[in-house]
Amino acid sequence: MLADLLGNRVALALVVVLVVPAALAGYILAVEAVVGRLPRRIAGGVRPWLWVTPALIFLGVFLVYPAIATVIRSFQNRRGDAFVGLENYAWFFTRNDTLVALRNNILWAILLPVLVVGLGLLVAVLVDRVRYEVVVKSVVFLPMAISFVAAGVIWRLMYELNPTVGTLNAVITGVGGPRVAWLSTAPWNNVMLIIVGVWMLTGLAMVILSAGLKGISPELLEASRIDGANERQVFRFVILPLLAPTIAVVATTVVIFALKTFDIVYVMTNGNFGTEVIANAMYGELFTAGQQGRAATLAVILLVATVPVMMLNVKRFRQQEERR
Amino acid sequence: MSQVTVPVSTDLPASTGEPRRGSRRRRRAPLHIVLALITIAWALPAIGLFVASFRTAQATNSSGWWTAFIPPWEFTFSNYEYVLTRGGFWDSFLNSFFITIPATVLVVMISSFAAYAFAWMHFPGRDALFLLVVGLLVVPLQVTLIPVLSLFRDASIGGYELNGTILAVWLAHTGYGLPFAVFLLRNYIGGLPRELFEAAEIDGAGHATIFFRLVLPMSVPVIASLVIFQFLWVWNDLLVALVYLGPVPANHPLSVTLANLTTNFGGNWQFVTAAAFVSMVIPIIVFFALQRYFVRGITGGAVKG
Repeated sequence: MLADLLGNRVALALVVVLVVPAALAGYILAVEAVVGRLPRRIAGGVRPWLWVTPALIFLGVFLVYPAIATVIRSFQNRRGDAFVGLENYAWFFTRNDTLVALRNNILWAILLPVLVVGLGLLVAVLVDRVRYEVVVKSVVFLPMAISFVAAGVIWRLMYELNPTVGTLNAVITGVGGPRVAWLSTAPWNNVMLIIVGVWMLTGLAMVILSAGLKGISPELLEASRIDGANERQVFRFVILPLLAPTIAVVATTVVIFALKTFDIVYVMTNGNFGTEVIANAMYGELFTAGQQGRAATLAVILLVATVPVMMLNVKRFRQQEERR
Repeated sequence: MSQVTVPVSTDLPASTGEPRRGSRRRRRAPLHIVLALITIAWALPAIGLFVASFRTAQATNSSGWWTAFIPPWEFTFSNYEYVLTRGGFWDSFLNSFFITIPATVLVVMISSFAAYAFAWMHFPGRDALFLLVVGLLVVPLQVTLIPVLSLFRDASIGGYELNGTILAVWLAHTGYGLPFAVFLLRNYIGGLPRELFEAAEIDGAGHATIFFRLVLPMSVPVIASLVIFQFLWVWNDLLVALVYLGPVPANHPLSVTLANLTTNFGGNWQFVTAAAFVSMVIPIIVFFALQRYFVRGITGGAVKG
């Protein structure tokens, strides 16, 4: 019966949408019915754990356990039946194409946040002073809604070599220039891919920074203007320091995006022409080369790269909690 | 597009120095030019895709999409007709719903229980456990793929291998969505007024009553934010579907089908553009319908500090 259910998508979806929430709500009601009969002290000790159990199971099975297993896996051979020490790491740090992937990820992790935060801040500050704010914001924000795959299609149309199809080459040949192979000219093709990321993420930065900007008290800005500061000084010495924590949040979020970059590269170049990144290399090792040990190593390198951000987030969260 | 709401509403009047009108207008010209350039740069790529998707194969291959604005106007729906009737594409459209809706429902339910416990119950290890959730927020999915894949390969229900099924994708997306969901909901639920809970307790309400009757109804705005995030994230996801669904196309969502189309279809731009646009329609509708909550979600998480 279960097998039939798995074969029938509509029935299965209905079960998940109706029965599973009912079952989960029933679980909580059952927990309360049982715990309510226990002596108060025991109930207080047991209850919270029963409430968080479903979440802990999912977090354990899909994040904590696999992360640990992958770290162990990265020290094993391709089939996972013998430990090979640091062999996979040696492979990563001595191969030209994996080092190119590492270099590209570093480039992504620097250029993407700089451009996204810079442009996001520019739009947020400028748009605050005009009446058509909503229009500009909606246009810049829209790419946030679509997938990186769709964005990849959109930008392949922009970058297409043939000037009768590719928008950018049409503009360049239109003014008499030579057509450019945007996606296959290393190292600039990396920048072209990063631009797609900028197009996608600037809206995020703009919205967060814009909200931060509107949180700055207008009296403060007025006071500094009365004290004789010009607009540039107001921005440099009042707005920027006050926005600094928000900018840090946006920048770290974008750095994580940059490290995990996969879809854009997969769809647009599949890592060819010197555009490989670690996440795409990992996919290749896992499914094309069947090298699980190496794939695990690539994943661990990504994980290690995110650790500083993770620690920063934890620290920031603790400070926030103390202020509550 | 007409019902676009102000993303972050402000009632403050624009502060103006009120110098003479003419000079002010001239001084502000660069501002408008920069904003116009940015708007064009952001809109142009999407407009190009949209226009190209309504042009015939012949037109697409012989002239750029921008020439479509010059008469004679020749637009066609045939690309959409082809894409939507082509075996598999319509199925992927449905698959995207089948994958996204349950994965969203599961995350909302499970995370709201945990968020309530983290916010209003005391237990040893609570803070350490929540710090773990904060840490998990940035863990790259890549680090989970290999072990979860072998879990799915080993697990079978009634003879069905879990690997390659939509059920596997629901479970995985639920796990991956939980850290953010618990974090977002706990911050909101933790901010509800303490008096409310004390009053309810004095009235004899148990935790189940407080949760279903008070906490959930009061958390509707933040749950709306979470729903949009999870919906967009699952609908737009490529990696998770690609890895756990494998190469068999029957269960593929739009993102995977579109990616395959893009890499295999090479020169047939008219179909790829139409397919890309179909994949964008639902998230764009969801996004604009609930934009207010989306913005509140990202700013609520970030701008507090």
